[in-house]
Amino acid sequence: MDLENQKRVKDFAEQYGPENVVVVLGAAEGEAAGLAAETVTAGDPTFAGPLAGVQLGLTVYHICEDEIKAEVDAGVYDEQISMMEMVMDVDDIANEMSSIRDEFCKYL
Amino acid sequence: MAILNGKKVVIIGDRDGIPGPAIEACVKTAGADVVYSSTECFV
Amino acid sequence: MNGYPVLKGASYTLAITPDMVIHNGTTQTTEMIVNPESEYLKELPNHLRSFEDAVSYIPNQVYIGNAKPADLAATEFPFYDKKWENASRDGKYGQIMPEDEFYGLIQICDVFELVMLEKSFAASVKEKLAAQNLLKEDQLAALDKNSENDDAKIASLVNDEHAEPLYFEHKLVGAVKRAHDVDVNLSAHVMLENLVTKASNVLSLIELVKKAGVNPDEVDYVIDCCEEACGDMNQRGGGNFAKAAAEIAGYTNATGSDVRGFCAGPAHAMLHAAALVKAGTFKNVVVTAGGCTAKLGMNGKDHVKKGLPILEDAIAGFSVLVSADDGVSPQIRTDIIGRHTIGTGSAPQNVIGSLVADPLERAGLLMTDIDKYSPEMQNPDITKPAGAGDVPEANYKMIAALAVKKGQIARTDIANFVKEHGMTGWAPTQGHIPSGVPYIGPLREEVLAGETKRAMIIGKGSLFLGRMTNLFDGVSFVVQANDGSAANGGEAGFDEAKVKAMIGQAMREFANGLLGSEE
Repeated sequence: MDLENQKRVKDFAEQYGPENVVVVLGAAEGEAAGLAAETVTAGDPTFAGPLAGVQLGLTVYHICEDEIKAEVDAGVYDEQISMMEMVMDVDDIANEMSSIRDEFCKYL
Repeated sequence: MAILNGKKVVIIGDRDGIPGPAIEACVKTAGADVVYSSTECFV
Repeated sequence: MNGYPVLKGASYTLAITPDMVIHNGTTQTTEMIVNPESEYLKELPNHLRSFEDAVSYIPNQVYIGNAKPADLAATEFPFYDKKWENASRDGKYGQIMPEDEFYGLIQICDVFELVMLEKSFAASVKEKLAAQNLLKEDQLAALDKNSENDDAKIASLVNDEHAEPLYFEHKLVGAVKRAHDVDVNLSAHVMLENLVTKASNVLSLIELVKKAGVNPDEVDYVIDCCEEACGDMNQRGGGNFAKAAAEIAGYTNATGSDVRGFCAGPAHAMLHAAALVKAGTFKNVVVTAGGCTAKLGMNGKDHVKKGLPILEDAIAGFSVLVSADDGVSPQIRTDIIGRHTIGTGSAPQNVIGSLVADPLERAGLLMTDIDKYSPEMQNPDITKPAGAGDVPEANYKMIAALAVKKGQIARTDIANFVKEHGMTGWAPTQGHIPSGVPYIGPLREEVLAGETKRAMIIGKGSLFLGRMTNLFDGVSFVVQANDGSAANGGEAGFDEAKVKAMIGQAMREFANGLLGSEE
């Protein structure tokens, strides 16, 4: 994850309390989604950014996961996202995300 | 319990997946308070 | 002018710069700051390819025209462990230059005496460059100015005078000095970056003359569309890489300017060129760009982690000549233009709608009426291991998915649509370089051979990276087989016999050009 984004995530977790922050991702692939999710839960796996070694354990979802889709206005989702469900491997993304959440999320 | 409603939401979009502003439009309808929205680019 | 502006020729070049990956790619330079003892930096040198390996890399052979896009599509993924038989640094559309020669070219492109090469290195480079037959004697003579430059002098420039080092095979062989003591816009880092984009641009402009048979004296205007900025502290993006590069490449009768739009820059520049030609302002306009040091090894961490070679080891360049309608060459349909507007938003379906579906709909065409789409042609060998997916394929799926939403194809036809109307990406991830334009060379050939009738070039740009807007951007245009409309008052018509005769003549001219270039 971009270093500036890591810094922002860290700052927001401090400012609002990690239990109040939810990270929503738009990654194109399961692997990239998993890495980003790992970064905001268990720490930056590449050890490059401000989140290296920082286990925030934030709640993190991908926008295409059923749990999020269920909470979003169906018309807006259809307009903004639905086409990409035909493009991305949503099942793979959802599997990656839930395995990271199960392992590292502290506030579910 | 809702995941998004009333929460401070940080958006990390992807240029080749779902860009930040598209995610923002969605999560706002679920009552999220979007505090940051960005889009990453790998190419 | 009747008819449409046409694609008259294209050139493509690469410079393989493994040492620059280590010292100038931002992934590496950032790591040196935040994590200087990292495993990645220790492992990186073991993953750099030899020049020969980079030359035989199939995507690179497609880029310079020795292999076709279809050859890459027929190659089993991944590509890094395979070689193109009969690979050559010399290509139909250009060439692949090794790092030492490229440093020589950088010095030849430097008109401010900022580049210093170690004297024996300079002498050997001069000999190699002379054998390439690209540059004039007086240009090569610039390399003679290094006679005082021994190892100690180069080292002191780097250690004591803020110069940027140039390494070849891990040995210090040169330096780029800063152009001002205070102005960060003229720092050694910026000067190196700008000289690299200028030199790679020059290489492509020269190859456009050599390989595509373009007469540089007839070029009226040159548009640069790279992603760098040149200027000083009073005008940081002052610009005109175009004229600076065209000067070295000998386009004496041309002026020019720069067009910027992140990765969408080349597609915007093509529209500018086509409009200038269509309006009759100029007859021959060249769109051109060099590459960037910053993106070298951009996804290197993932490549090293997965045991792959560093695949982002090339500085790329391209040039395209857009001319008045000759009745033969593929036409740019200046009346079928897609554009991502401010109101379009960033939802992927709106983006693709504005760039693909809307312009076709306005022209009464279906999405299936386009034989080939050339969106962002990034090589998936580079992006997939980095978790960024197969970018061209994702674009094709988006186009197909929108065609489904529009009821033009069935949902079950998505895979077929991607296969039939898509291509496997072969371009290096040099930002603007992959964006639509790598296909112009092969497209011209396919159209002249009657294999492809209609194609769409799509450029997309991540404007938000500049922190001035959250907007995305893109433009697109349709290229078609010449409809003969230049000959009959602008009305589309088709005199088959006449077109065949003209194609015959064009092929003869092309063949003569090839023979001529080998003299």
